[in-house]
Amino acid sequence: MTSEKARETQALLYLDGVSVSFDGYRAIRGLSLYIEPGEMRAIIGPNGAGKTTMMDIVTGKTRPDEGEVLFDRGKYDLTKLDETAIAELGIGRKFQKPTVFESHTVADNILLALKGPRTATASLFGWRNRVHQDEIDAILTTTGLIDHRDRMAGVISHGQKQWLEIGMLLAQDPAILLVDEPVAGMTDHETELTAELLTEINKDHSVIVVEHDMAFVRALNCKVTCLHEGSVLSEGSIDKVAGDDRVIEVYLGR
Amino acid sequence: MITKVIVSRFDGMGLIFLGVMAVVAIFVPLSNLFIPESSFLHVPTYVMALVGKYLCYAILAVSLDLVWGYCGILSLGHGAFFALGGYAMGMYLMRQIGSRGVYANPLLPDFMVFLNWKELPWFWYGFDKFPFAFFMILFVPGLLAFIFGWLAFRSRVTGVYLSIITQAMTYALLLAFFRNDMGFGGNNGLTDFKDILGFNVQAQGTRATLFFLTALTLILVYLIGRWMVTTSFGKVLVAIRDAESRTRFLGYRVEHFKLLVFTVSAAMAGLAGALYVPQVGIINPSEFSPANSIEAVIWVAVGGRGTLVGAAVGAVLVNFMKSVFTTGFLAPYWLFLLGAIFIGVTLALPKGIVGTLNDLAGKWRRRPVREASIPRLAE
Repeated sequence: MTSEKARETQALLYLDGVSVSFDGYRAIRGLSLYIEPGEMRAIIGPNGAGKTTMMDIVTGKTRPDEGEVLFDRGKYDLTKLDETAIAELGIGRKFQKPTVFESHTVADNILLALKGPRTATASLFGWRNRVHQDEIDAILTTTGLIDHRDRMAGVISHGQKQWLEIGMLLAQDPAILLVDEPVAGMTDHETELTAELLTEINKDHSVIVVEHDMAFVRALNCKVTCLHEGSVLSEGSIDKVAGDDRVIEVYLGR
Repeated sequence: MITKVIVSRFDGMGLIFLGVMAVVAIFVPLSNLFIPESSFLHVPTYVMALVGKYLCYAILAVSLDLVWGYCGILSLGHGAFFALGGYAMGMYLMRQIGSRGVYANPLLPDFMVFLNWKELPWFWYGFDKFPFAFFMILFVPGLLAFIFGWLAFRSRVTGVYLSIITQAMTYALLLAFFRNDMGFGGNNGLTDFKDILGFNVQAQGTRATLFFLTALTLILVYLIGRWMVTTSFGKVLVAIRDAESRTRFLGYRVEHFKLLVFTVSAAMAGLAGALYVPQVGIINPSEFSPANSIEAVIWVAVGGRGTLVGAAVGAVLVNFMKSVFTTGFLAPYWLFLLGAIFIGVTLALPKGIVGTLNDLAGKWRRRPVREASIPRLAE
């Protein structure tokens, strides 16, 4: 399956000619995207452009009908793996709607996410039962949740849940973080803090951010890809993409 | 140091429960055997038999709470595991009758002689030995749960759909065990037991010992369950209950966790059934009836899901009420009352009795309750 070109790729995440249809509707059409190690990439596009479907394909929730999805310089074919295996390879995902474990404390949410053995027997006897207070507190400090460590995750604010989920991604310490609309429903101040947080995270991890908020994307100061109807419409700096006539057209309507 | 470890593993409710159970386990059999009948401290044999039955139900309820309250697997077929454990024990007890049966066949139980069978079916071999029978009590329900869980959890059957197929599973077993050809005594089931491990099952001393063992097993099952849910394994179970796909994306093999807890829970339910059979003296296919499994769900809901103690409390309380109401002039209305209790508890105390008490205690102490909170009903 893996072509020669793919084997030679230096990209951390490599999507080539990916297509997927749902009941005849082609959500993704020949999408190609390459993410370099250590890169931060923002993905924009109007509703229905295929942003979330693209993340579903990378994380194993959806299988593509055709095309290649490779990880870590072409070493792994993600179309052959399930969600758990892909997460174990080091691909972490934050959902559009914040999903945290609401009946666990904030600290326990991080504990469950911490990198380490994840089998059932290890959970009963092993590593995760020891005290990991320092690691957990470090992550909670980074995400500004340290004062809420013993609260139930179900009762913290919407913005705090978003951060907790980013914190859980950090605890997983993945090679690449896929972050779906992290600032949806956040105040301007929270949005600013989130941009700083992601920039900080990007020092050690590759990050893909899907977002609508242009001010936020500008604050990330990274390469931008605009998707439209399931394929790449424009790619480059934010100024280049924002100035592209076709991008303006799809955003403002014809 | 050791006390500290023990206290940290158990919430207040758990310590009270263990204390009460220790007293019940020791006091009831001793009182029945040694305190004269004239004393008000004497526990009559029929009361001991009744409470012993409640405690078997409590073990079943704790096993069900482990999968439903913590992992969100609403099993409507847990009665099947209980009944299979009961049948394994029943087969041992049948083999102990030997030539004392009505037909005095040294090898074949009466119902087989009646059906004109000449040989003991292969699956009855080994049941004359208690260690083998004990192994099968845990193994058969565990194996069924493992195979069933393997197929269901791997295909990601969850929620209402899973509940329906567990219900179908117990109903299918009900129909199968009704058939005489199955070799389990058909409609009549297994009964007329004589000895257990050489002791007369009817003797007061045996009954008292069985009661003690049942109480002890409830304590053990609670301790194992409590240990499982207080480790990070238990945290993953609650995570699966509340956000299954999130748990998957965190890199946990959700189906393995479900399979393990479901299998352990089924073995526990089998143990409950095995203790139940010698105390009530019979096991028949009606134990597989779907209504039994649904009643067990009601006990857990009434007592409080995700608390373990609540499951045991709910089982004892609802069955005590059942005993009271089905004997008097209220007997025809029992099922209406049971339904009313279920609706009432769901509306007024959605966390059940123990869950509500835990919340009150938590508020009183002004600190967050760390107990697993309420899951959505069918997920």
